[in-house]
Amino acid sequence: MDWSALSLSLQLAVMTVLLLLPLAVLLARPLAWVSFPGKGLIDALVTLPLLLPPTVLGFYLLGVFAPQGVLGQTWLALTGRSLVFSFDGLLAASLLVNIPFAVQPVQRAFEAIPREAREAAWCCGLSPWRTLWRVELPLAWPGLASAMVLTFVHTLGEFGVVLMVGGNLDGATRTLSIAIYDRVQAFDDSGAARMSLLLVLIAFAAVGSLHFFTRKVGRRGN
Amino acid sequence: MATDGGPLEVDLRQQTPIPLDCAFDCAPGELLALVGPSGSGKTTVLRCIAGLHRAAQGAIRSNGATWFDERICLPPQQRRAGFVFQNYSLLPHLSALDNVMLALGDVPPRERAATARNWLARVHLQGLDARRPAQLSGGQQQRVALARALARAASGPAAAGGGVLLMDEPFSAVDQVTRGKLRAELARLRQELAIPIVLVTHDLDEARQLADRMVVLHRGKALQTGTSEDVLLRPCSPAVARLVGLTNLFAGTVGIDSGRPCLEWAGRRLAIADSCGCAPGSAVNWVIPAEGVLLHRPDSPSRGEAENPVTGTITEALRMGSFTQLTLSIPGEAQPLVFQASSHTAQRNKLGPGQAASVTLLAERIHLMPAE
Repeated sequence: MDWSALSLSLQLAVMTVLLLLPLAVLLARPLAWVSFPGKGLIDALVTLPLLLPPTVLGFYLLGVFAPQGVLGQTWLALTGRSLVFSFDGLLAASLLVNIPFAVQPVQRAFEAIPREAREAAWCCGLSPWRTLWRVELPLAWPGLASAMVLTFVHTLGEFGVVLMVGGNLDGATRTLSIAIYDRVQAFDDSGAARMSLLLVLIAFAAVGSLHFFTRKVGRRGN
Repeated sequence: MATDGGPLEVDLRQQTPIPLDCAFDCAPGELLALVGPSGSGKTTVLRCIAGLHRAAQGAIRSNGATWFDERICLPPQQRRAGFVFQNYSLLPHLSALDNVMLALGDVPPRERAATARNWLARVHLQGLDARRPAQLSGGQQQRVALARALARAASGPAAAGGGVLLMDEPFSAVDQVTRGKLRAELARLRQELAIPIVLVTHDLDEARQLADRMVVLHRGKALQTGTSEDVLLRPCSPAVARLVGLTNLFAGTVGIDSGRPCLEWAGRRLAIADSCGCAPGSAVNWVIPAEGVLLHRPDSPSRGEAENPVTGTITEALRMGSFTQLTLSIPGEAQPLVFQASSHTAQRNKLGPGQAASVTLLAERIHLMPAE
């Protein structure tokens, strides 16, 4: 068992979820409620990472993340760290790749909140900020929960983009899914099998917890 | 609770998206009904008062505090308007008590629960504090919504002047029995409330039962404002007469009979109690409610002496439970006269299509208005 790969994968998944969820809420709310020119284009861009082959996405990201690339240069100037073959780059790539998994469930959830629910809150004197916390987020909770689980599980399993952007550096960019590939290449089938089983169990537990949470919310709603 | 406050004054004008042209006020303790067909803009007017829609021009003041004019447009949070939505709009994830407490943000935190319980008790929901909306019946949900709106109107921001209660078709989503109970409840509750109440409804019966005054809206324009009796029996124009369902609407001329104004119509002279300010010789429209038309007994010997006798042919007799709606075609008039008789009478006299019948048009029920 490659414990450092497991630890890296979990770190990457948790940080992706924590950073992406607020961004998803920020992006999904206007997409759900406001109609503006170019909305269709943004909807399409949000879905794009889902449709592109991970290697294609990874190839382009490698270009912009490189020290002479747009993002890579800026990041290097700001932090002194590289965006390629580093955990920073892995996290940035993971955030981009997971946008559709985070935004779409949240967007659907916000779309399902009736306008009157927010208006009722305003008429009760709740500020837009308090309306978000007391009304919108509780009502959108099932969507937020599935966004979290999908993003988490998808990050654990991501292979192509991670390999292209991060490479395979022990302790820095070697995630569990890459370690499995590594073991297979090294004819260590039992090592690969153990790690694969672990990934299956984690994914199963995550989806199971989603059912538990949303069922609990369903009861709260009844 | 606000007492002896000033009125709610509303004046709204705009062209788009929905034309609005109406001005009215509502005194504390008064219940004003906005009536009109769907699409007449009544809900938009209510949303303007709550701050959910901004009209192009006009002013809204409550107890002297300006909520809206050319310079100011306060958001709903800074107004003191309790809003009862058509579909209740309770928050499904909060208990009845929490829904009411949501409206008590301007009350010190320690007093919120007690105040909310008090409001729930006033709408007879004690003991149901912990229930979520889905665990309540439609009528109970509506009571929670009412308690929440009243709580907001009573203890909203003090700077916003007087609280008002706004209700958008509040009883349309419940069954008829519950609707009757809720109406009675509101009629009882409003005696204790010293705030302006504005009720939007398309149901004229509801408006007549509950409202002190009503505003008839059509395409956003206030056509008539007055007491229920004024509007329903003495409409100011044929348009209002049609909107309030007065089907017996005819054209005629004001004449003089023995020095008193009378109504010349379809070659007849009808006695009238009041010319309603219409000068002799002027063209008028006139209405008579179905209750103002009395059927003569066919064997009545004093037929000729009855007031405003009119004879015609029955074209339709519709039995509607205990009464029968009769349509009478009158010589010289294209429009039929519609009135009611008890089904018992209609059956006994074998009233049916093709039969002749004569009726009295009660002079004091005839209402004249300037012709369109």
